[in-house]
Amino acid sequence: MTYRPFSRRSFLATTAGLAGTALLSGPLGIVAPAAAATGLAPTRSMRGGSNNYRPNARLVDRLGSGFFVRGKVLRAGDGAPLKGVRIQIWAATVLGGEPDPVNHGSVLTRGDGSFELEMAQIVPNFGQPHAHLAYDDGAFQTVFLRPVMPSARDKSVSAHFVLASA
Amino acid sequence: MTLIDWRQVPAVLGWGGVAAVMIAPVVIAAFSPYLESRSVPYIVGGFAGIVGLSLLFLQPLLPAGYLAGSKGPAGRRWHRWVGVVIILAVALHVGGLYVTSPPDTIDALLLVSPTPFSVYGVTAMWGVVATAILVLFRRWLGQRYPVWRLIHNGLAAIVVVATVIHALQIEGAMEPGSKWMLCIAVVAATGVALLDLRLVRPILNRRDRAPNRSARALSRPASR
Repeated sequence: MTYRPFSRRSFLATTAGLAGTALLSGPLGIVAPAAAATGLAPTRSMRGGSNNYRPNARLVDRLGSGFFVRGKVLRAGDGAPLKGVRIQIWAATVLGGEPDPVNHGSVLTRGDGSFELEMAQIVPNFGQPHAHLAYDDGAFQTVFLRPVMPSARDKSVSAHFVLASA
Repeated sequence: MTLIDWRQVPAVLGWGGVAAVMIAPVVIAAFSPYLESRSVPYIVGGFAGIVGLSLLFLQPLLPAGYLAGSKGPAGRRWHRWVGVVIILAVALHVGGLYVTSPPDTIDALLLVSPTPFSVYGVTAMWGVVATAILVLFRRWLGQRYPVWRLIHNGLAAIVVVATVIHALQIEGAMEPGSKWMLCIAVVAATGVALLDLRLVRPILNRRDRAPNRSARALSRPASR
């Protein structure tokens, strides 16, 4: 018989221990996760987030009615809300396809870092009802988001940005 | 004088049923409210996909000879032509989607798309391409027919399963109820034809021949 320093039993014990730690640090936060030391982690771009992006979409009051794209923009690390940040938004809606300029617009964040754009109802595009959002203005690292709506009948979709300085 | 030739009733019912299963989901999709805001290439590409799925229901029924007029070589000839149309449908589907949104289509083809169904669509597409190559170079590949047939059937099963998963996960112009009906019909047709042609019929044939094997061996020409 060969001696194995890392037996199946010790593996299971280690896994259980890690799982236990994860449970404690997850919802209850009893054990502070290592990430807390470095602060709020920046949002990473999503797959396909930049598809059909048209840079510098014009600032708009609204792009239609009945549907809302909402979110919040925070600074990585200390989590401070960022005011006056331009968020670009586009999606396929009842007005037309994703590349259609009629479905592209920008909004600025308010004092609490929140933003909202009213637009036409988003419709499924390429198999999923989804929106696109971008931060692409240089002061912070560029982030492209592509939130998917749980239902095509939803009247809003949310996506949040935690931006890291460029 | 009768207006109906009763001998033709089963044939008409068979073809009528197949046509209904194939056409109904396409017609229902044509009334989708999503079409209004879509560009022509997107609509063409989408419907090429729906028609392609419909043809996957007819395709296995032809070589199996289940429909009137599809017995023997006639069925296999129709099978080849439907195969050609399926290849065109796939090309139109991918091409239409590419014109609609190049980045989304390239992401799907490179398997980096965020949508879970893309990988199944691309799998089915390569399955169709591989089938076309296998058919075109059948003689050149020089495989024995039973081996070729096994590969052909294996690819067909992959194409059907991948296409059905692809279709069911997509939220689009197809109405969910009719889409499920068509997908179940496609899987059933493929499964029944494969089991029948590769399992049931060979077993029955062997059983029929078994008592005569010695007689057949004696009567076999010596020159072969």
